[in-house]
Amino acid sequence: MTLNRRQFIGTTATMAAVLSAPMVRAQGKPRVVVVGGGAGGATAARYIAKGSKGAIDVTLIEPTRKYYTCFFSNLYLGGFKEIEDIGHTYGGLAAGGVNVVHDWAVGVDRDAKTVALAGGGSLPYDKLILSPGIDFVEGAVEGWGLSAQNAMPHAYKAGSQSELLKAQLVAMPAGGTFAMVAPPNPYRCPPGPYERVSMVAHFLKQNNPTAKIIVADPKPKFSKMALFQEGWANHYEGMIDWIGDDFGGGTVSVDPNEMTISIDGEVTKVDVCNVIPAMKAGRIAEIAGVTDGNWAPVNAADMSTKADADVYVLGDASSQGDMPKSGFSANSQAKVCANAVRGALTGSKVFPAKFSNTCWSLIAPDDGVKVGATYEATPEKIAKVDGFISQTGESSDLRKATYEESEGWYTGITTDMLG
Amino acid sequence: MSFPRFLLTVALAVSCTAALADNFGDPVAGERVFRKCKSCHQLGEGAKHRIGPHLNGIFGRRVGSHEDFRYSRALVRAGTGGLEWHADTLDTFLEKPRAIASGTRMSFAGLKKTEDRLNLIAYLRIFSDDPANIPEADPTATATDHNLDPAILALQGDPEYGEYLSSECTTCHQADGGDDGIPSIVFWPEEDFVLAMYAYKNKKRAHPVMQMMAGRLNAEEIAALAAYFTALEQ
Repeated sequence: MTLNRRQFIGTTATMAAVLSAPMVRAQGKPRVVVVGGGAGGATAARYIAKGSKGAIDVTLIEPTRKYYTCFFSNLYLGGFKEIEDIGHTYGGLAAGGVNVVHDWAVGVDRDAKTVALAGGGSLPYDKLILSPGIDFVEGAVEGWGLSAQNAMPHAYKAGSQSELLKAQLVAMPAGGTFAMVAPPNPYRCPPGPYERVSMVAHFLKQNNPTAKIIVADPKPKFSKMALFQEGWANHYEGMIDWIGDDFGGGTVSVDPNEMTISIDGEVTKVDVCNVIPAMKAGRIAEIAGVTDGNWAPVNAADMSTKADADVYVLGDASSQGDMPKSGFSANSQAKVCANAVRGALTGSKVFPAKFSNTCWSLIAPDDGVKVGATYEATPEKIAKVDGFISQTGESSDLRKATYEESEGWYTGITTDMLG
Repeated sequence: MSFPRFLLTVALAVSCTAALADNFGDPVAGERVFRKCKSCHQLGEGAKHRIGPHLNGIFGRRVGSHEDFRYSRALVRAGTGGLEWHADTLDTFLEKPRAIASGTRMSFAGLKKTEDRLNLIAYLRIFSDDPANIPEADPTATATDHNLDPAILALQGDPEYGEYLSSECTTCHQADGGDDGIPSIVFWPEEDFVLAMYAYKNKKRAHPVMQMMAGRLNAEEIAALAAYFTALEQ
C-alpha cells in the first residue's frame, strides 16, 4: 500500500512518541502487576488496560474468585441487600484485557522486579501496584485474635465474615446484647462502624425490639457523629449505648470462650460481639518493604511509594494525607495512578492529579446521609480542597434522595471498577 | 383577561418607594412577555395546571413541588436538592431552562434579553405576594448577568484530558447512561453540558457534590469534559 501524506505524518508521529517513551523495552510490552482486586487494584488494572489499548501487559493477582464489596455490606446486615447483591466476579476485567490470576502474592523482590505467588512461580513487572486493603494489628484488642474471629467476627472484610455476623444477629435471643468494639484511627471506612450500628439496630427493631447494643469506642468522636446520634435518637431511642473514650470505651478486653466483654473493668455477658481491631496495611505491603509503621507512605502526585518509585500503593494500605480510607478514595487514587503509570511506560500524556471522595451511610430506611471532599496533590501529601456534609434536621425527601443516590453510586463504582 | 389591574397598581406603588426601585422590572411589559408562556402556563385567579403547572405563588416555592402536577424527574430532583424559585433562580431558568434542569420537559428556548426576564419576573411576582407583605417578600432583584462568555462556549477542549477527567464522573454516573438514583450524563449536547457545569460551579444548581466537583474545574477542564462526552455520542 502507499501512504498518503496524512497517514505518513501520523505514522512518524506515532513512532516519535514511541521512541521518546521513557520505559520502552527492547523486547515485549511493558508489564504492570497489580496485587489486590478491590476498589483500588481493580480500577487501576482496568484503567491501565483500557487506556493503553493493549500496549501494556496488565496482570491482576487476587486470591478470591468473587469479590464482596465492603461498602454496602452493612446494608446486607440490615436486610436491605442479599449477600449476592454485593458479590462481583472478575469476568468483566478479564474481558477488558486484564490477565486475572487467582492466587496469593507472597513475596516481592524489588531488585529483580518480580512478585512471587503462593502457587509457585513469579511474575516480572516494570511497575508494581499494591492495593491489598487492610490487615489487623495483632494484640490490638486483648483476648481477640484471628483464631477467635469465628466466635467474635470482625466482618470488616466482606464475605463469609459478613454472613457469619448476620447469622449471629439472627440467632440472638430475645432481649439479648450486641456488642461492638470500634477501632482507633486511622481505619477503613470511617463511618462504617456507625452505619453498622444503625443497620444492626434496624434489624433488631424489626426482629428483636428489646435487644440492646453496646459500642465500646477508643475515640472521643467519630465520622458524621452528629448525624448518627440524631438518627439513633429518632429511630432507635434507648437501644444504643455508645461508650466513648471519656467513659473508658478504649479500655477493652474480650473473652471469646465466655462471650464476655470488659469495658473499663466492667464485665458484661454478650450474645454477639463484633470486634473491629486496629488496622494496618495489607501484609504484602510490609513484605515488599514499602511500609513505615502500619502504612505505606506514598507521593501524592502519582501514588508511588516513598520507598520505591516503581512500586505504588493504593487505597486503605497507603498513607497519603487527608483522604479517608474508603472504596471511593481508592478508586479515585487508582485513576491518578493509572494515568501516571501509563505515562511512564508508554509516554502517554500525564494530567494533574485530582482526587475526590464521597461516603454515603444509611441510618434507617430512606434515611441516607453523606460526607465528601475534593483533594489535590501537594509535595507533602494529598491535601483537602473543599468538602461538604449532610446537615442534621434535613427533610425526609432529601434523606431519601441521598439514599437513592447511594444506590446509583454503588452501580456506578462497581461498573467503573470491574467493567 | 384575569390580570388584576388593582394589584399591579399597588405593586408599582410599592416598588417605586423601594431602595432598589431603579432595578425592578416593569410588570406591564412583563405581561406582554408572559404571552410566550401562556400556551402552557396559567396565572391569576382560577389558574389551573395545563401543560405546565400554574404559576401563582411561585416565589419561595420549592422547585417541582406542586403535588398534583407531574414534573420531569430532573425538576423533582432539583427541588429535593433544595432549589427554590426566587428572582435569581427564575432568571437563570428563564434564560435557559436546561441550565437549571437538563431534563426539564419545558421545551422553551429561553429569554435572551435581560430586560424581558426582569419584566416577566416582576409580573410573576404580583401573583406571589399579598401586597401587604411585599416589603418582606422576595425582592425582585436585578437579573444577574450570568450569560456565559461566548469565548467560554467557544473553547475547544482536549478530549484526551476530558477522558481522564471523566473518570472522576464515572465513579457515580454510569458510563452506559444508566440513571438509577444518579442522573445520566451521556448524550448531552456540548453546550448544555457546559451550561450545567457552570450552573453548579456558580451554585445556581443545588447539589452539594456537584457544586464541589464543578467548583474546582476551570474553563479548560469543563471544555475538555464537554468535548469528551460529545465525542462519545458520535
